[in-house]
Amino acid sequence: MALDNDTVHGIARLARLKIDDHEVEKYSAELGNILDLVAQMEAVDTTGIEPMTHPFDATMRLRADEVTEHNQRDKFQAIAPSAERGLYLVPKVID
Amino acid sequence: MFNWDQRWDVVIGLEVHAQLQTKSKIFSGSSTAYGAEPNTQASAVDIALPGVLPVMNYEAARLAVKFGLAIGAQINQRNVFARKNYFYPDLPKGYQISQMELPIVGFGELDIDTPNGSKSIGITRAHLEEDAGKSLHEDFQGQTGIDLNRAGTPLLEIVSEPDMRSPSEAVAYLRKLHSLVRYIGICDGNMQEGSFRCDANVSVRPRGQVEYGTRTELKNINSFRFVERAMEYEIERQIDILEDGGSITQETRLYDSDKHETRSMRSKEEAHDYRYFPDPDLPPMVLEDSFLEEVRATLPELPVAKKARFETELGLSSDDADLLTADREVADFFEATLAATKAETKIVANWMSGELFANLNKSELDINASPINSQQFALLLDRIADNTLSGKTAKQVFSALWEQEEGDVDTIIEAKGLKQITDTGAIEAIVDEVVAACPEQVQQFKDGNDKVIGFLVGQVMQKSRGKANPKMANELLIKKMS
Amino acid sequence: MTITTLATLAADLKDGKRSSVEITQDYLERIEHSQHNAFISTNADFALAQAKAADAKRASGDTTQLLGVPVAQKDIFCIEGTQTTCGSKILENFIAPYTATVVENMHSHGVVSLGKTNMDEFAMGSSNETSYYGSVTNPWRSVGRGSAQDPLVPGGSSGGSAAAVAAQLAPAATGTDTGGSIRQPAAFCNLTGLKPSYGRCSRYGMIAFASSLDQAGPMTHTAEDAALLLNSMAGFDTKDATSLDIPTEDFTASLNHSLEGLKIGLPKEFFGAGLDSEMAAIIETAVKQFEALGATVKEVSLPNSHLALPSYYVIAPAEASSNLSRFDGVRYGQRAAEYSDLVDMYTKTRSEGFGNEVKRRIMIGAYALSSGYYDAYYSQALKLRRLISNDFDAAFAECDVIMGPTTPSPAFAMNSKSDDPTEMYLNDIFTIPANLAGLPAGSIPAGFTQAGLPTGLHLITPYLQEAKLLNIAHKFQQETDWHLQAPPPADGALNSNLGGKH
Repeated sequence: MALDNDTVHGIARLARLKIDDHEVEKYSAELGNILDLVAQMEAVDTTGIEPMTHPFDATMRLRADEVTEHNQRDKFQAIAPSAERGLYLVPKVID
Repeated sequence: MFNWDQRWDVVIGLEVHAQLQTKSKIFSGSSTAYGAEPNTQASAVDIALPGVLPVMNYEAARLAVKFGLAIGAQINQRNVFARKNYFYPDLPKGYQISQMELPIVGFGELDIDTPNGSKSIGITRAHLEEDAGKSLHEDFQGQTGIDLNRAGTPLLEIVSEPDMRSPSEAVAYLRKLHSLVRYIGICDGNMQEGSFRCDANVSVRPRGQVEYGTRTELKNINSFRFVERAMEYEIERQIDILEDGGSITQETRLYDSDKHETRSMRSKEEAHDYRYFPDPDLPPMVLEDSFLEEVRATLPELPVAKKARFETELGLSSDDADLLTADREVADFFEATLAATKAETKIVANWMSGELFANLNKSELDINASPINSQQFALLLDRIADNTLSGKTAKQVFSALWEQEEGDVDTIIEAKGLKQITDTGAIEAIVDEVVAACPEQVQQFKDGNDKVIGFLVGQVMQKSRGKANPKMANELLIKKMS
Repeated sequence: MTITTLATLAADLKDGKRSSVEITQDYLERIEHSQHNAFISTNADFALAQAKAADAKRASGDTTQLLGVPVAQKDIFCIEGTQTTCGSKILENFIAPYTATVVENMHSHGVVSLGKTNMDEFAMGSSNETSYYGSVTNPWRSVGRGSAQDPLVPGGSSGGSAAAVAAQLAPAATGTDTGGSIRQPAAFCNLTGLKPSYGRCSRYGMIAFASSLDQAGPMTHTAEDAALLLNSMAGFDTKDATSLDIPTEDFTASLNHSLEGLKIGLPKEFFGAGLDSEMAAIIETAVKQFEALGATVKEVSLPNSHLALPSYYVIAPAEASSNLSRFDGVRYGQRAAEYSDLVDMYTKTRSEGFGNEVKRRIMIGAYALSSGYYDAYYSQALKLRRLISNDFDAAFAECDVIMGPTTPSPAFAMNSKSDDPTEMYLNDIFTIPANLAGLPAGSIPAGFTQAGLPTGLHLITPYLQEAKLLNIAHKFQQETDWHLQAPPPADGALNSNLGGKH
């Protein structure tokens, strides 16, 4: 099941990836192959089966409401691509 | 009151984001305190460093359950966090941890008062989620600055059914909810700081039509006043379009309070596809019955019950009871005063709804910030009850207390010489003066005009500079004139 | 050349034969002179400072078992102050500002971190060929011998760790396993590799690929070493909501228990078509060895195991597509040099920063979760995951351990499968089911093919029975010497096309 080019571009946009026009065919075929591999799932009747999201059906542990973290801004922003006056800078966001 | 063409029905549903009052964030140990320097409360988890993981805050779960129990909602004892995926610079992980299929709080109801009586508004669900950071647009040479202090603050998103039929109903619901979350102590309700935010889904349909019209979502309405005005504007806008034969576009609109208009938010490049799925870092939350019972035991008396008690046990009017139970702090102040004073319940209610509220409103203060505490207030009312003060002099003392003049109620009375004259001899002397000075009114009284006594008492009060006990003056006047 | 184990080094340190600084220095020099491209980075100052501190502790009477023993760390673990790339360009300049819990645990046991090993980008791969930092050669055949025999891959994604230990550049290494990334390279490089039960080792600070499947574990020469290293890695961590809150265990305690009466289950599905016949024979011989130790063998069935691969290739990419959204060029990592606006910045940063395999998996994951496809793909995959997990429950009602081949075939040549992603994925058909079910699973050296290539015996035990698994492996290793075999020394000519950055 090959994906059409529009679908490939659409998924790429959702994932903030750019697929060049000359690569689209390749991606379309490769993704199609993976979907073919996955297609075996369709045949299985899973009526009444509860999806298993976590191994062993683990349940959540909660933590106490305590402030345990302290300011590490300088350390964290030392590795930032662009920061100024304590803020991370990005190209203008337009609402 | 706002009116629109009666050929149209209005349908409104609200989504309220209430910030839960926890010390630390929902999934990290960072402080949630408001107003810190940018990014100083943004931990490794909050800035989504590679490899970090969320761990859920117990208190956030407890407060959400408290809300659910307060509205009699179904609590989902197995609830699940899901990831809502989208890219935005104030969303460090590229997804928001929220709840989708199994929210912590299921269906519940909240009753509001309308001109036509009580009305029940359905609450579809309330779910836990994390807040995003803030984008700051000023001063960075055309760039946007990102502050992630707010990222990860716990929110309870409370989603109503589309049950409201006018902006005033919507505001009534919002006020009720606002009061409730503060009553039960899960949210400070501060709208300026964004602790209580509202989005409104608004649509109109021809009267009688069953299907809903196309709705728009109004964002950025952060005060009760704006909520109502934004909805009014939006309803008129939609009706105008429909009456001109147009159609409504389903979209998100931003309310501009300065221009009093709503405008479309720049349409996104693609339709939203949030690709929700259960968060693999957070297994399902399972809440035991015993936990629910523990939380239930911490619920305070809720507004509805309190109002009923104020009416039946304290004999307050429905209006007074409403006024005094709208806020938990007000109700607490009232009950604390009542417990400490000998004054009658009605007097306490009158002085709160009158002098105290008037001054609070004038100074734009919450009752918590009142310069007069309930103990001083009780003492003041005691001095009315024991005839030390008249209504008039009591107001002078109130005003001195309000201005935080030195001393307590008694020392102020002493310092200002406001102690009511209850000495019969002293009042009698003044009464004699008044009877001598007003022969005409005395004669009228003797001729059977009882009403003139008011004038004469007034004269006594004036001469005593308000300090004579009016009741005694009244009695003595009658005695002298008969 | 004979292998050096953690146990040997620990004994040498204890007896004062060598210092940690000497041992560490020795390994650092070997790394420097090696040609396998097994490491992305080393930090000699950092390692030697740790070694020095370990020697000082020992002098003051500290007798912690692994004190001063050097171990290589997969470059998926954040270590404060050191470069942590996860095999990706997008993290090329990333100096981690904090340390992963697993590494912190090891450090508190006195383990010295030698350096960061090469890996498939974001652990997505089975050959180490997707690393931005170049391919890794398998020490068992690292040099091309004419056109017919290209160098072999070490397996992946923990290919650098496997190559490092096999080539004696480190006595042991950490790995992570999402679908076989510890076990498959262990099998390809003649090592013992263990994927513990999900939740046994904290995931905090381990860069996420597929959160519900990822698990860290040891890669060593022997089962005894794996037990020693796991002792230092495992433990409850409050920073990971999926970490198991259970008492700590000494995984070495039951290594020598008798295997008398052990019930071995052989799933018929693991011995069918697709399995190399030479491999099948080797596994059969290994199983006979266990019978000699008193075990009994019976056939069991994992009827849904053929669905493991499809369900894995939905679940893992779906989780990954979301996990990798944080790499957006805003707070750390690479940002594209030029861009016109915010969306362009995101898109260029991610397109330039991620390699093809990562992009493919992100896209498959995004597609499987997208509106209209969720039920058919993601939800269905999670239901199959339960069926697969249920199969194990049923099988373990009849046996104590499940055995089979770790991989369908031994190590393959570089570039032989990299053009066909789905062909590559088939490498993991035997290893994936244990990840889906969260069970402990390991690979141990089982013998060599005619061509002299190592093979792995795959062991799966019930939940939390790592100690049992290691006991089984250790007893086997007492009777066999496959795990003691070292690769032939590389014969001179080095393939200059390999190694280094693109």
